[in-house]
Amino acid sequence: MTTQKPSLPNLFLGFMKVGCMAFGGAQAVARRVMVEERRWLTERDYAELLALAHVLPGPNIGNFAVMFGRREYGLAGALTCVAGFFGLPLCLLVGLVSLYGQFGQIAAVNAAMHGVAAAAAGMVLGTALRMGTRLKPPPEAIGLALAVLLASTVFKVPLLVIVAVGAPLGVFAALRRAQRPEGRAR
Amino acid sequence: MPFWLDMFLLFASLSLVAVGGANVLAPEMHRQLVDIRHLMDEATFSQLLALAQAAPGPNILSGSIMGYWIGGVPGLLGATMGLLGPTAVLAWLIAGLTKRLAHAPWLKPAQAGLVPLALGLVGASGLVMAQAAASFPLAPVITVLATLYVWLAPLNPLWALLAGGVLGLVLL
Repeated sequence: MTTQKPSLPNLFLGFMKVGCMAFGGAQAVARRVMVEERRWLTERDYAELLALAHVLPGPNIGNFAVMFGRREYGLAGALTCVAGFFGLPLCLLVGLVSLYGQFGQIAAVNAAMHGVAAAAAGMVLGTALRMGTRLKPPPEAIGLALAVLLASTVFKVPLLVIVAVGAPLGVFAALRRAQRPEGRAR
Repeated sequence: MPFWLDMFLLFASLSLVAVGGANVLAPEMHRQLVDIRHLMDEATFSQLLALAQAAPGPNILSGSIMGYWIGGVPGLLGATMGLLGPTAVLAWLIAGLTKRLAHAPWLKPAQAGLVPLALGLVGASGLVMAQAAASFPLAPVITVLATLYVWLAPLNPLWALLAGGVLGLVLL
């Protein structure tokens, strides 16, 4: 898969698109725009940078924007990505809060929003599955991903604990696989 | 302490422990704003949160509009800077670190080792969202259909949202 280096205005517009289309989280749209539409990164590059963004505190795609922006254009790139990502949605939300008194009471709006919320959940789940299928992780990585999923949802393990245990485990497994001459990780 | 600085420090402290992003921010934000500081009541909190999640935009901005609700524009700016600033600086530093280590032979495999974590956490936030969205009997069906669509069809995932909205209108 070939990738293309974005220009600064491209970065701004791309992240603005991600921000404005982020319903119920930016995960699904971010991957769609950056990997499939604009081909800024490969699937693997995206997953690795996203993983790092997940391990850090704060907004995941916001962290991603800082790191990807820095990688492409240094400070200017990071600022461009962050401004593009948060700017317009923030203005929109402030406007909506002022309107909410009238608009939230309309039954039709509420009904549509419930449907959108259900679909948004599916979008995030589908994105995880799509990344998983395309990356073809080795068995131990699939096991770890499922363990993380269960720990977080079923056993309600605090996220800090999941990261503190899961990150070293994953890194250890990946390093061992990379050292085995026949065990190519990718 | 000036009001905006108070807001900045409050939201910075929330964001800096939110490993996993906005999904883990909400419970802690609730504890601080409603239970401890009594800055808003329960109903206002859940309405603002629902609004931020339904509107387009990163979910962390739910904190920004809470700041706006509490203290107008100074509250908005203080909260937003607090939510985004310190964690952005941290991400910047980590990005620099990975750049400096780019030639270390262990960096790539180490980063690849974090991928299962990302996959598991994205999946988990999807499940949590699905649970929260299951407010009517057919909601799980919509969720499963959207999952399959985004997983298997190489089309724009946003069609799933539109379809979900239309189904919600028709069914409810």
